[in-house]
Amino acid sequence: IHFVLLISRQGKVRLTKWYSPYSQKERAKVIRELSGLILTRGPKLCNFVEWRGLKVVYKRYASLYFCMCINQGDNELEVLEIIHHFVEILDRYFGSVCELDLIFNFHKAYYILDELLIAGELQESSKKTVARLIAAQDSLVEAAKEQASSISNMIAQAAK
Amino acid sequence: MALSGMRGLSVFISDIRNCPNKEQERLRVDKELGNVRTRFKNEKGLTHYEKKKYVWKMLYIYMLGYDVDFGHMEAVSLISAPKYPEKQVGYIVTACLLNENHDFLRLAINAIRNDVIGRNETFQCLALTLVGNIGGREFAESLAPDVQKLLISSSCRPLVRKKAALCLLRLYRKNPDVVIVDGWSDRMAQLLDERDLGVLTSSMSLLVALVANNHNAYWICLPKCVKILERLSRNNDVPQEYTYYGIPSPWLQVKTMRALQYFPTIEDPNTRRSLFEVLQRILMGTDVVKNVNKNNASHAVLFEALALVMHLDAEKEMMSQCVALLGKFIAVREPNIRYLGLENMTRMLMVSDVQDIIKRHQAQIITSLKDPDISIRRRALDLLYGMCDVSNAKDIVEELLQYLSTADFTMREELSLKAAILAEKFAPDLSWYVDVILQLIDKAGDFVSDDIWFRVVQIVTNNEDLQPYAAVKAREYLDKPAIHETMVKVSAYILGEYSHLLAKRPGCNPQEIFSIIHEKLPTVSNSTIAILLSTYAKILMHTQPPDPQLQNQIWAIFHKYESCIDAEIQQRAVEYFTLSRKGAASVDIMAEMPKFPERQSALLKKAEDTEADTAEQSAIKLRAQQQTSNALVVTDQHPANGYPPVSQLGLVKVPSISTVDRNSEDQGVTQANGTLSVVDPQPLEPSVDVLGDLLGPLRIDGPPGAAAQSDHNLISGPEGATYVEETLALAPVGDQTNNVQPIGSIAERFQDLCLKDSGVLYEDPYIQIGIKAEWRAHHGLLLLFLGNKNTAPLVSVQALILPPSHLKIELSLVPETIPPRAQVQCPLEIINLGPSRDVAVLDFSYKFGTDVVNVKLRLPAVLNKFLQPISVSAEEFFPQWRSLSGPPLKLQDVVRGVRPMSLAEMANLFTIFPLTVSPGLDPNANNLVVSTTFYSERTRAMLCLVRIETDPADRTQLRMTVASGDPTLTFELKEFLKEQLVSIPTISQRPATAPPQVQPTTSPTALSDPGAMLAGLLH
Repeated sequence: IHFVLLISRQGKVRLTKWYSPYSQKERAKVIRELSGLILTRGPKLCNFVEWRGLKVVYKRYASLYFCMCINQGDNELEVLEIIHHFVEILDRYFGSVCELDLIFNFHKAYYILDELLIAGELQESSKKTVARLIAAQDSLVEAAKEQASSISNMIAQAAK
Repeated sequence: MALSGMRGLSVFISDIRNCPNKEQERLRVDKELGNVRTRFKNEKGLTHYEKKKYVWKMLYIYMLGYDVDFGHMEAVSLISAPKYPEKQVGYIVTACLLNENHDFLRLAINAIRNDVIGRNETFQCLALTLVGNIGGREFAESLAPDVQKLLISSSCRPLVRKKAALCLLRLYRKNPDVVIVDGWSDRMAQLLDERDLGVLTSSMSLLVALVANNHNAYWICLPKCVKILERLSRNNDVPQEYTYYGIPSPWLQVKTMRALQYFPTIEDPNTRRSLFEVLQRILMGTDVVKNVNKNNASHAVLFEALALVMHLDAEKEMMSQCVALLGKFIAVREPNIRYLGLENMTRMLMVSDVQDIIKRHQAQIITSLKDPDISIRRRALDLLYGMCDVSNAKDIVEELLQYLSTADFTMREELSLKAAILAEKFAPDLSWYVDVILQLIDKAGDFVSDDIWFRVVQIVTNNEDLQPYAAVKAREYLDKPAIHETMVKVSAYILGEYSHLLAKRPGCNPQEIFSIIHEKLPTVSNSTIAILLSTYAKILMHTQPPDPQLQNQIWAIFHKYESCIDAEIQQRAVEYFTLSRKGAASVDIMAEMPKFPERQSALLKKAEDTEADTAEQSAIKLRAQQQTSNALVVTDQHPANGYPPVSQLGLVKVPSISTVDRNSEDQGVTQANGTLSVVDPQPLEPSVDVLGDLLGPLRIDGPPGAAAQSDHNLISGPEGATYVEETLALAPVGDQTNNVQPIGSIAERFQDLCLKDSGVLYEDPYIQIGIKAEWRAHHGLLLLFLGNKNTAPLVSVQALILPPSHLKIELSLVPETIPPRAQVQCPLEIINLGPSRDVAVLDFSYKFGTDVVNVKLRLPAVLNKFLQPISVSAEEFFPQWRSLSGPPLKLQDVVRGVRPMSLAEMANLFTIFPLTVSPGLDPNANNLVVSTTFYSERTRAMLCLVRIETDPADRTQLRMTVASGDPTLTFELKEFLKEQLVSIPTISQRPATAPPQVQPTTSPTALSDPGAMLAGLLH
């Protein structure tokens, strides 16, 4: 997978992840081109678009388009189900995910994606495992917060 | 949720969402960026928490599409924060904002490595994820051993190991040499025994990459892959969480089958039997179900199984099962399955002999050509193109023609090209071919590239029987009220040559032919007018006895164009006028040779020799072109008969000039016969040079420039000799002691490619290597197209890049075998680090039968590819010019031995490079001021200014001043321009440095002395 894009129906970018090196300019161009190509496609067409010698596998969930770009020879359906797998994990994490969740918690979406794909390859196909790892990360963050506050408490007290 | 702590971020996001329009949004973003920037400046006061918040804001803004050109450092510095929350943010944001080529990343290597080798498992995960996602070559060098250790360590938990596996995969892609150490294949095999399916999935991805590059080391993994597949397909011991809609990890199944496809065969009968049982089960046991996801997952597995069956070329029985399945698929309602059915049928055509079974589905495939979905239409077109043969060509081509009038604009060009190729390749008779092409031009003239009509002219010229038919057809089309300009060109050309064959038919006497063609003249462009003039001259010559009225009419036209501003037209008008006034003497001369018998026979033979090959090659080309669906650019204009390449426009000059040429000397005859003249640098086999062949008949007659030039060559032996020497000097690095001789001059192809972005880099009887390049700033993407021209595979294919120090080049994996008649693409990423004229070399080798071919080819990743034109106003130019005062930033040189050219030609030459010529900046009209931007990683975008002062009295010398902000750049650019202006001796100059199509009308010889040329020709 060369890159992952989440675009809203209005063409707003909700998440981008690039596994192949694209410069900032190229990234903007790719997004422009693909929004034009994909958002205009009707509902009953196939989920694949051929683009610049590559293929983009996309799927629409409510107002969001999930797109992944692959090589010509890659297995399209496999990637289509990676998208769905990703959506199911998001859904489980946020509890019936909607676009707003992903807007305000876009960083969470990045964490989850990182547990799912590395180097553009699927790393974990178990939803349970991913959920467990993300939960562990969350608790680490929480723990650090508590610890910070307790240390500052201690310092504050010591200073008295 | 953890977000509660980051109020500022939520507030900012809400603000953005509440912006009623883009303006407001921009204002809000700018305010925030200003805020973040100030906060980052007084870094001391920032807590980690605040830093984290700002870094997230930056990422959000970046995602909205705004440029965020600061703060990267802060994001990177969070990586070395001691606590998890900050570190996590640092890693994630860095991986999103930067790409592998970013300088800041280098600064972080140490911090990242510390996390990788540290004891903290969560830190390890973060570090491995980042490296896996954006690690580049340097990461590979410094981290590969550590990552390997983690992957095979028994003390690491699966979550670390699966990340390590994919991280290693990335590093391997970036730099294969550092990852693969002795004994790694054993380790890899052990990894396949892994019980944890997460780790196994990641390891399998790694294996796929390894075997794709070199399967030989990994034979021991093969039986293990089959075992894994068995285990999954039987659903043995697969934990519930690893089944997806009831299917045991479809992804792992797909990957495992992918890995198996890289092994050429499976020898062990037991393994083979087990594998086939599994495949059989998949093929038979996959049903269409209601649940979309289950359906997709099971079909993902099924299609991969199909691919594996095709690869193993199993017993015919299984193959026909596959075709049957695919036949079912292309007729289902589900568009995905239909698409994949068509795609896989096309693939199947390439590997096995199932054409006849696939033909049964022809009607269904033609229906798909009208599918509402363009993706499906494209697949259908590809498949029809692939399955076309003599038996069904008529049907298919007619379908394509019919579809052409309704097809989307984006597909028409491809469509017409494919139709043209098929029509030629499988024409039951040639008149049908002519019909098809004329219909094509009629229906979609805008989408018919020049080569298509060049080709039809060539075929008509080569087939005497065809000529009257073609002339009749051309005449018929001219009666249509509005015809496309290309049609005017073809008809005018054909009627110019052959209308005398029709003279007895009604409406076809010379006067009538002339009138109907001349009607079109007011509406056509200059290039067509030039053709029309030739046609008139031809008509005049063929009219015996002369018709004074017609003669006066035509003379009047010639006279009118004698002062035409277009040099090409002017030249023709003058020449034709003078020629046709020669009176009886010239008529005699002209009447003697209407048909060029020797040339024709040579061509005929050539056409017979290569008919099949030509079509095949254009097909390969075509595939290459499909990438962008551009016109089939004539990528190589290699001379088929010893003439230097000439412009397409030049080709068109043919009819009249050739006559002249013939009359003057018999030299043309020898050359036409394929006898090579002294000056020819390399023995060319006209019959195999594809595009040369395509353009052959037109060129063979030679434009005036070439004619004059060959003249010149005959006279001046010594200069010819220089040419030979020079070409040899330019020949590829290293000696080529191969038995297999290249077709065409490698040096010339290289020179050509230095100025163009696509074309043929190398060709011999077995392989053709094409190149298509895209350049953006200091990045380049070169696609190598390796096309096997034969019916046997090319094996032991190896490609190595020997890059000079200023280029970073990464070649993706080159397959070891190129299947018969197949073409593989290998992308090559190039990064220009700094200015230099050194050239990268591709060391390419393969084996065909007993022939081992090894060539070293220079890659056209040369200095001027990293230039972009920029125009500079006087206000910008002068301060800049003055501020760059003197060496080393500004260098001046007097250049001698410049090949003479007019200022306009020189300006033209610069424009090709591409430099921008700014006229008027220099008050002296004999001087040129030129500007350009050079891109490299080190210099970034850098403005370069050049001033050329010429001496009108002595065109062979000039003074050149080059200035830029970088001393090396200034020097290299100066030397580069010098090379372009002087180095190549007169004869080979034109083709080598300035492809004529850009300045077709100003070829030096032709312009400088048409009078002398004519005199020479006419004695």
